[in-house]
Amino acid sequence: MNTKILKAQPADVLKDASMIKQKEMMAKHYDRLTNAPTSGAKVASTFVPGNLNELIMCFDLVNNLPEVNAIQSGLRKQSGAYIMEAERAGHSEDVCTYVKSDIGMMLKGNIGPNGKKLPNPDVLLLSYTGCFTFLKWFELLREQYKCPTIFLQTPYMADGKVTPNMIQYMVKQLKDTVIPTLEEVSGVKFDIDRLREYLKKSAQAEDDLVHILQTGKNKPSPIDAYFGGIYYIGPIFGAFRGTDDAIDYYRFLREEVDERLAKGLGPVTPDGPMAEEKYRLVVEGPPNYTSFRQFWKMFYDEGATVVASSYTKVGGTYDYGFRHDPDKPLESLAEYCLGVYTNRSLPMRIDMLTDYINEYEADGLLINSIKSCNSFSAGQLLIMREVEKRTGKPAAFIETDLVDPRYFSAANVKNRLESYFQMVEQKRSGKGVAA
Amino acid sequence: MKTFVGIDLGSTTTKAVLMDEEEGVLGRGITNSRSNYETACKVATEEAKIDARFTLFRREFGAAGQIDEQVEDFLGALERSFRLEQFLEQLGDLEETCIRLVRGDRYAKIGEGVKVALTEVFRRLREEAPGMYAPGADRKSDFFRDIAGSRYLSVAEEVGRDAGVSYDVLLNIYDKSIIAVENRPPSGKLNEKFKNALQRVAKEDSGAASVLGEKAEHALGIELEETYLVGTGYGRVTLPFSKEHIRSEILCHGLGAHMMYPKTRTVLDIGGQDTKGIQVNPEGIVENFQMNDRCAAGTGRYLGYIADEMNMGLHELGPMALKSKKPARINSTCTVFAGAELRDRLALGEAREDILAGLHRAIILRSMSILSRSGGVADEFTFTGGVAKNEAAVRELKKLVFENYGEVTINIGAESIYTGALGASEFARRAAHGRIEGVEA
Repeated sequence: MNTKILKAQPADVLKDASMIKQKEMMAKHYDRLTNAPTSGAKVASTFVPGNLNELIMCFDLVNNLPEVNAIQSGLRKQSGAYIMEAERAGHSEDVCTYVKSDIGMMLKGNIGPNGKKLPNPDVLLLSYTGCFTFLKWFELLREQYKCPTIFLQTPYMADGKVTPNMIQYMVKQLKDTVIPTLEEVSGVKFDIDRLREYLKKSAQAEDDLVHILQTGKNKPSPIDAYFGGIYYIGPIFGAFRGTDDAIDYYRFLREEVDERLAKGLGPVTPDGPMAEEKYRLVVEGPPNYTSFRQFWKMFYDEGATVVASSYTKVGGTYDYGFRHDPDKPLESLAEYCLGVYTNRSLPMRIDMLTDYINEYEADGLLINSIKSCNSFSAGQLLIMREVEKRTGKPAAFIETDLVDPRYFSAANVKNRLESYFQMVEQKRSGKGVAA
Repeated sequence: MKTFVGIDLGSTTTKAVLMDEEEGVLGRGITNSRSNYETACKVATEEAKIDARFTLFRREFGAAGQIDEQVEDFLGALERSFRLEQFLEQLGDLEETCIRLVRGDRYAKIGEGVKVALTEVFRRLREEAPGMYAPGADRKSDFFRDIAGSRYLSVAEEVGRDAGVSYDVLLNIYDKSIIAVENRPPSGKLNEKFKNALQRVAKEDSGAASVLGEKAEHALGIELEETYLVGTGYGRVTLPFSKEHIRSEILCHGLGAHMMYPKTRTVLDIGGQDTKGIQVNPEGIVENFQMNDRCAAGTGRYLGYIADEMNMGLHELGPMALKSKKPARINSTCTVFAGAELRDRLALGEAREDILAGLHRAIILRSMSILSRSGGVADEFTFTGGVAKNEAAVRELKKLVFENYGEVTINIGAESIYTGALGASEFARRAAHGRIEGVEA
């Protein structure tokens, strides 16, 4: 009941009602951003991992996320041209393609997905340091926009745990630097009760998100936790965490997913509902956005559902129990930044993927290694071998890119995926058979 | 009898293996993939069936306890005669196709002269054909395109000169025709060709041939029933095979290598555009694999390109590289860069064999990286694919495997190019017995 064919889309794209709802939310958000020069709203640019949306909202700032813009450009097939533009301006072929897509978009007039010009940021808020490229990215943006830059240092979780010292260190930075600068930029006085209110709302939506993601444990899974998961994390990883919109969205989505679950249905994909769940996979790594639908279809054609993924944890590892906490407002912001997936050490990532394979009863692990993302890709082969060893489940490795269309070789990716699915199948059916 | 067909549609060649119910290989066939996988598939299957006939002849003779020199001579003569039969048939097709092309305005004035010249060219080709299939004759290739092509070109030059017909015109007609002929699936009944060949052999030899010929005729009576077919390889998706008839080449190479060498744990396959590192368990089931996916550097095509650059035949590269005493250090596995480096070094006066040895090393270095990503090299290690036939590549591989993994048994079989097709035929045999592996039943 919640699925219908959208007229505005190419005739055969199937979408969930929640996807349509999200699309409307995103459209509104982009309008708010592009209207900023006329509405007088100030804009903060920041990144998804360690995104401090609740804090940003305390200063009436509108949240602009350059990676999300790059993803939008990728999905809209514009990133290729933006990347070439950035390369022409001197950025190397090996640089993160999110960065190049963003820089290229800027060079071409900074036109957002709604066709209007995106505003210049009033402040750059860098709140996550697990990805070194982010630092360099904001350096470039600072050079361009000449606006204040805030650098909240998040310690890397090299030892696999959050210590009181780490929290203290971060809270001190929030109090001493981040909040005063945001006050100065916005002209709005910080009100901790306002922050508490937002955090309470965040936690409510986070509960629903975790419920949704964990429905993947069912057979069949009513969700695809990688391709579909990208949609599910959109609002909470972006500019909606802490809002009523997010609460509504996740409640709506939860009902939609629960209904599919009750009916024993699989996920809805752009090419149709997943009829039969033949393979249950855990996927590590970001997706490819320039051939997103084609990539998803390769899974759909083979009856492969992704039941859990690490990418849906880059903006928070809520399924491991973390919630934004109105009783510890600044501390929980610090803990949030520390816990995001990409800030986790290799052993932590191995543990997590192993847990997923076991808890979600997956057939194996698939790694989509991103050519231009060293932050994600370093160590992935080691992760793969270790997870294989611990779970005894087969793993496979494919290589694509985030938003650079030149690094998605469909025939080869399909070839590998098919080989992998057949390998899973052979291992299942051929156990102990000597030829 | 029931047979099970495995077909490996590679980017360069298409291979087929015909298997019997007892997992015995009856026949193997290979052809160039052209740009037409469907024809390539038919030709390779037919070639495997021809090979299977010879296996059946041997079995028939063997039953009578007659495997000896006489039998081998007979089979040799039969094969040559059969190949000649096949060659003449395709040559006839080529002639007809060429003559048909001589029409329209372009040929208004010269048409008759061209037709006369063509008829003469083909008369000479037919005349010399038995010599090419005579005992001990050396043919550089078994593919019609290669044999007919090289002879046509030289004969046409002579005939054209004598008859005052432009060589370019004759060449152009050939180029257009050979593609059509090559893409036409084989016609006629195999058994008819065999019977013609048997008669030819009987005429030439009146001794034991007549007795053996009778037995061979009897063996021809055994029907080769295509019970189940499994396709694999690069071109598999272009064929009208349904899903249960397709297996990935990774699975097929893993299983094929296991069948040839049951102790295989690691497989390296270097094909035309793929390099695969595969780990298999004691049952031949794939545990892990890696292959090149963003770039085809360091695959078989790399050597093909180098051969073209050096104006040499692909099969000549290895032997020349083996002569090197001081291999050049070439790091780039990028085919285009390697071509540039090659020209540079030739210009600097470096020896061809040294450069070639360096290029072979580069290709194997790339494979070593893919192997290590797939989990390394375990004992035993089986090397398959077209490049496994290249001795210089094998030498570099042995060296590098020893340096990196120590003493490891390395298997390289004469039939290694058929590894994928062999695995596919076994999957076909198992599928026919209700065991569908690698595909959701």
